[in-house]
Amino acid sequence: MSVVKVNSGNFAEEVLGSDRTVLVDFNADWCGPCRMLAPMLEKVAAAHPEAKFAAVNIDDEPELAVRYGISSIPCLIAFRGGSEIRRSVGLIPPDAIAALIKG
Amino acid sequence: MHDVLVIGAGTAGLTAAIYARRASKSVLVLEARGFGGQILNTPAIWNYPAEPGISGFDFAMKLYSQAETLGAEFAFGTASGFRAEDGGFTVPTADAEYRGRSLIIATGTSHRGLGLPGEEALTGRGVSFCATCDGALYKGRDVAVVGGGNTAVSDALYLSDLAATVWLIHRRDSFRADPADVALLGRKENIRLLLGTRVTGLVAEDKLSAVVLTGPEGRTSELPVAGLFIAVGMVPATGAFEGLLELDPSGYIVAGEDCRTSVPGVFAAGDGRTKDVRQLVTAAADGAVAATAAVRYVNSL
Repeated sequence: MSVVKVNSGNFAEEVLGSDRTVLVDFNADWCGPCRMLAPMLEKVAAAHPEAKFAAVNIDDEPELAVRYGISSIPCLIAFRGGSEIRRSVGLIPPDAIAALIKG
Repeated sequence: MHDVLVIGAGTAGLTAAIYARRASKSVLVLEARGFGGQILNTPAIWNYPAEPGISGFDFAMKLYSQAETLGAEFAFGTASGFRAEDGGFTVPTADAEYRGRSLIIATGTSHRGLGLPGEEALTGRGVSFCATCDGALYKGRDVAVVGGGNTAVSDALYLSDLAATVWLIHRRDSFRADPADVALLGRKENIRLLLGTRVTGLVAEDKLSAVVLTGPEGRTSELPVAGLFIAVGMVPATGAFEGLLELDPSGYIVAGEDCRTSVPGVFAAGDGRTKDVRQLVTAAADGAVAATAAVRYVNSL
């Protein structure tokens, strides 16, 4: 599975309504650590088909950034059944990314 | 066992990998988080020779690709120290051990915190260590910057173009920053100075809503802000090596311009070493020097 881009229009359906755990990467083009995180997220996504991986560009989607209280990026939030279960801020290695969707 | 084991994939560590590979030594670079190190947070680099304006991300990617193309190997893990054994060094992480005939420590520095309760949990929820990274998320809101050096003053100036009001809080009565930048503070109407004042608490439920200030006479007050940018300096990320080699009182690894530490075969490169100038170009230079010394050490075994 690859990382799908989501926006305020399809967030409810793609993320909140998903029957799988969804890991959402809040990022921006100007954020170096976000760009370094992206390929690692792709690799984790490929290894974990049981979960779904999504990305939100906070410049394009300021409403989503405000709604989820994003004040530092990269910010990864894991959702299950429409609720946030885990959150991590900053550049983290692949194992730590995978740990966010476990259990 | 690799000939050269490098801890840290920032500019110093990746440059060391390039030099060691070009000397035909096997190299493993162990990284705790992601490639590139501190420079990733810099939008544009203006002081690195021959690459004016390159973004920190592009710089880091080029450096990483160069090391990888030359055959450096990479692994993720946080080193918890090292042991000298069997003619080399063993570096343990939480779930593996790595071995090298020589060791280059290039773990750099990290941001110094204020040491307040809740600070760690609120990082990313109103507390930030990088104004250029997170400033855009505070458009039109009130923020505070704490610190008195170049970073604090330039952060306040940067944020003044985004935030409604920027409170610049400093425990002393004057700034250590460049006088030219300090002079600019007075021209920004939305920057308010709070001198002789310390941040002594954080007020938050889910995210930061205010900071507690202690003023010159010891009186405390609450200042409502959406964001607190902490710019009170850096600390070396060398805690894992305490007691294993000589550190200076601030925790920097004692090593001269030859990058040699108190342990033969272990070299220190980059911002985590005792040095005068902590810059991208000196980190790269350290990588070259440390790798050359490590190669010479390995050849002598």
